[in-house]
Amino acid sequence: MAECGGLHSGSRRHTMDKSITLPPDEIFRNLENAKRFAIDIGGSLTKLAYYSTVQHKVAKVRSFDHTAKEATSDELYEITMQEEVTARLHFIKFENAYIETCLDFVRDHLVNTDTKVIKATGGGAHKFKELIERKLGLRVDKEDEMTCLIKGCNFVLRNIPHEAFVYAKHADSEFRFQTTQPDIFPYLLVNIGSGVSIVKVESEDKFERIGGSSIGGGTFWGLGALLTKTKRFDELLQLASKGQHTSVDMLVKDIYGGSYGSLGLTGDLIASSFGKSATADKGGFSKEDMAKSLLHMISNDIGQLACLYAKLHSLSRVYFGGFFIRGHPVTMHTITYSINFFTKGEVQALFLRHEGYLGAIGAFLKGAEEDNPNQYSWGENYAGSSGLMSVSPDMNPMQRARSGTFDMLEMDRLERKLVNLPLLQDASSYIPDTVDLTEDALAREYWLYCFEEALDGVVKRALASQPDIPEAAERAEKFRQKYRHKLQTLRHQPFAYGSLTVRSLLDTREHCLNEFNFPDPYSKIKQRENDAALKYYQKAVQSLEELSWEERQFALVRGVLAGNVFDWGAKAVSDVLESDPEFGFEQAKRQLEERPWLVDSYDEWFERLKGPPHKCALFFVDNSGVDIILGVMPFVRELLSRGTEVVLASNSSPALNDVTNGELQILTESIAAMDPVIRAALGEDRLTLVQSGSSSPCLDLSRLDKVLAMVVRERKTDLVIIEGMGRAIHTNYYAMLSCESLKMAVIKNSWLADRLGGKLFSVVFKYEVPAAGIDSPALTPS
Amino acid sequence: MAFNGYKREDENIGEDETPTKQPRSDMEMHGGFTHDPDNEAASSAGRDTSDRRTSNATARHRSDSVKKTRPPFPWFGMDIGGTLVKLVYFEPKDITAEEEQEEVENLKSIRHYLTSNTAYGKTGIRDVHLELQDLTLCGRTGNLHFIRFPTHDLPAFLQMGRNKHFSSLHTTLCATGGGAYKFESDFRTMADLQLHKLDELDCLVRGVLYIDSVVSSGPSECYYFENPTDPDRCIQRPYTLENPYPLLLVNIGSGVSILAVYSETNYKRVTGTSLGGGTFLGLCCLLTGCSTFEEALEMASQGESTRVDKLVRDIYGGDYERFGLPGWAVASSFGHMMSKEKRESVSKEDLARATLVTITNNIGSITRMCALNENIERVVFVGNFLRVNTLSMKLLAYAMDYWSKGQLKALFLQHEGYFGAVGALLELLHPS
Repeated sequence: MAECGGLHSGSRRHTMDKSITLPPDEIFRNLENAKRFAIDIGGSLTKLAYYSTVQHKVAKVRSFDHTAKEATSDELYEITMQEEVTARLHFIKFENAYIETCLDFVRDHLVNTDTKVIKATGGGAHKFKELIERKLGLRVDKEDEMTCLIKGCNFVLRNIPHEAFVYAKHADSEFRFQTTQPDIFPYLLVNIGSGVSIVKVESEDKFERIGGSSIGGGTFWGLGALLTKTKRFDELLQLASKGQHTSVDMLVKDIYGGSYGSLGLTGDLIASSFGKSATADKGGFSKEDMAKSLLHMISNDIGQLACLYAKLHSLSRVYFGGFFIRGHPVTMHTITYSINFFTKGEVQALFLRHEGYLGAIGAFLKGAEEDNPNQYSWGENYAGSSGLMSVSPDMNPMQRARSGTFDMLEMDRLERKLVNLPLLQDASSYIPDTVDLTEDALAREYWLYCFEEALDGVVKRALASQPDIPEAAERAEKFRQKYRHKLQTLRHQPFAYGSLTVRSLLDTREHCLNEFNFPDPYSKIKQRENDAALKYYQKAVQSLEELSWEERQFALVRGVLAGNVFDWGAKAVSDVLESDPEFGFEQAKRQLEERPWLVDSYDEWFERLKGPPHKCALFFVDNSGVDIILGVMPFVRELLSRGTEVVLASNSSPALNDVTNGELQILTESIAAMDPVIRAALGEDRLTLVQSGSSSPCLDLSRLDKVLAMVVRERKTDLVIIEGMGRAIHTNYYAMLSCESLKMAVIKNSWLADRLGGKLFSVVFKYEVPAAGIDSPALTPS
Repeated sequence: MAFNGYKREDENIGEDETPTKQPRSDMEMHGGFTHDPDNEAASSAGRDTSDRRTSNATARHRSDSVKKTRPPFPWFGMDIGGTLVKLVYFEPKDITAEEEQEEVENLKSIRHYLTSNTAYGKTGIRDVHLELQDLTLCGRTGNLHFIRFPTHDLPAFLQMGRNKHFSSLHTTLCATGGGAYKFESDFRTMADLQLHKLDELDCLVRGVLYIDSVVSSGPSECYYFENPTDPDRCIQRPYTLENPYPLLLVNIGSGVSILAVYSETNYKRVTGTSLGGGTFLGLCCLLTGCSTFEEALEMASQGESTRVDKLVRDIYGGDYERFGLPGWAVASSFGHMMSKEKRESVSKEDLARATLVTITNNIGSITRMCALNENIERVVFVGNFLRVNTLSMKLLAYAMDYWSKGQLKALFLQHEGYFGAVGALLELLHPS
């Protein structure tokens, strides 16, 4: 790095820190075409934000034109790798000491940008204005701190599920993440910087500072430094975490000898902070004890004021942020305690995973207003984000590594705007995931192990999907390292990306694969299986036609279930598939558990089928090949024949061997060519294909494509079918819908089967009618 | 020892009085309390007495019935707080010659000792300026004395009680404050005294309402600051607390309790904070090496808090107009102390002042929020934190007025810290 010392008399420290080198692949990524810079300079940390476009490979499928010339191959469609450009937001957080190095780095790597301005906020924006302008050659445009903070807060609350959490020091999992609320407003933001600001936020643009306090982080720091001669904020917190406040504070029991019963004040309550230090011998207190007492005093005071303001304005959602909080377990604990005490548990203190980035995000958004980022949905990129770090010294061995010095958040612009499924019974209480691995240590242990075990196979598969590309091996290796590192991080900090779930583990893997340009490792397998299954379609339909109505209904369900056995994502199955590619549909049927199934409401479903047809069924499909073609399509065909419209929802982008919307379009067309029922339904628009907006093997019904939601509403959908382990067991097993629902899956994992009380290839067939439904015969009083 | 003076005087008295220890039944006394039929009268006694004070005829007329329920002398009310013990003593001035003769020696000696001194031992002090003279209580006329000493000197006080054979007087010692509970067994074992323990907030409310009603001559009990936002024109003015309810009562002792008072018997504790007088003194001691409240206040009066606190203007260069924050407002208490250079350049006086301002403003802002939540516009601040602490009172007056845009009025009482003890005394005379 170029030395340019001597410019500043006070830059000696900066110059010294320039010895660090920044690996361009890891820290300031995609700087080449970065634009819309924003910077938030706080008391000790700087946050840099920019927008860039990322070029990466995507797998596209395109139908061969079989009519034009004689088909040259048996394949139905061709797979092409295309370059696609997506928008990504980068946020990097680093210590102020590195600011000069970082600015140099940014300048050196910025290639073609037409950016002229950098938005700046935070207390240090003024101090570093000249440096930024000189280094980057950009004009510094200052933005109001609070406005940026609120804008950033709204943005993360809207776009990042599991952004907010409750902190519980002594619980199994310290962090309890909150489900995304359909409406994030109104809320109270208590920002604890050097002082405290209490802001009531009512809508995107409407907020008001309703109060504050001068007793804040600066008081802890300043007073703490005077009392303990300890200079650094973090060291003060360290001291506090080791101290005993009871020797410094006067407790209720010091005055009463016990509790103050008639007021319900327990003996351990602090009656007077520092109340003992007037009478005791001078110098008789340890630094630790004084720091602890000070921390309690300040946290309690802030908590009390926050409660008084929340009460006055009737607000129940109170978020805490600012450098006083910034992920410090000690302060989160004391604030939580205080809020619990003063509201008797009525209000919970909420913290934010990306709290440190709010100002930078907000400043960025101010600068990007013409792009209108808020019209899109954004998703956290697990591959490029460092996740929440616990600062607890004994908990996190990686904290002092560079990944701790430089913290990153990357957000991808999603192609589609995501919304709630309108058929959720209660969107605000919907939790997609069945098991929260942050809370279930046993399950966490198993799944982390499981994903680590499967890693070699995934790497192999990824490599095989790009046989002609020489540098694929290198990328595959990088992928392996990245994902293994993520798994290690999650082992230590399961809360790093919100609640740890099987879904998040799968999604993280997809993000990592994409990161190293393996957009669709299963593309070729899917293609082969689709081709093979298609050949069998007509025969399968024909044999179903020969059955009686009653037999057929059961055979159709068994067909879907048997089809669902074909799954490369499940370890138990991928072993079999790998060894025996001829593993047939009929064989799968034989593998299936006999009735009664592990979860079995087939009889109710069968009874229901005798009744009037459904108006419209929404079917979330799962795997390619046998599953979709021989299992799902005949089932769909039957629904259509009954007069039920069908909406097939499939993934927008690839995940494992799940059928994508692009693939399904081609498959359906070719089935239509063979099958007049499907052809007619397509022609009459009674069979519709939509994309789910997802690219996960699991399903989050609160983040679905806006178009899907619209179609569901327009068609008056009254039946939702969810198929597969990822979508119906790992997620949505407990999802309550406002219409009838059918969840079908075969358990292809013996550990999970064990847990659910079944065995490998146990069947879950869960037909549910909403409790309040008038058409629920079971609930009609006789 | 703090109470050396007592010891010397006690020795001969002690010997004399030991044989006279002839316990009357405790039951009798307690019976007197519990069977008092005149509950209603007792609870409004405060007002009655103030009327009666001017009319001796009425008093004499009632004296016979009063006499029966009247407890024997001496009459004490005691409030044992976290930092200070507050003692009120009623000195009867209408003692007849007959009574004088009957009065046992050690009762007399206590009376003389308390009334002829203004300081007791090293730390006991009688606040002479607060003395209420010519007061009629339970048909007796006399002076009410206000005495305080640090709670950590309570053992010396008990020792004195023991030496003076206080227990032989068979008086009920009505005590409130946490110490009444904490030191109950010490009273019993060290001084052979049985405490009648009383709830401190009950006593506080009762005491405030009583004193406010009883004082009519001399300086007004209740006062406020006129023009609180203008330091040059800010002056203390008497205030008539005629129709006191509802009232927010903020008691600033070691810690702080905030009560919403709707009538003498109907009140609730809204909240409290641990940042109180004890915090001010404790932090001052640690930061400046001082050891008394008076020292700390003296230093504070000479200091400049803006050298310690970070103001809005230090951050924004002036007012933070977007949020209506004036440049002079404190943005971060002790915020300047994050910087090493500034830590090295502040004086102890500056630190003391900043501590005072921090604690006071914080109490002000919690109080203001409570007033808003409870929908109460008048706030009475009491408690010994405000003793000789005009700085804090003016700050509170300012804060209430400024941040509420004139909606809230801060009121203060002359007997700031003694209301709990007064309430305890009233309980002795008129059990509720």
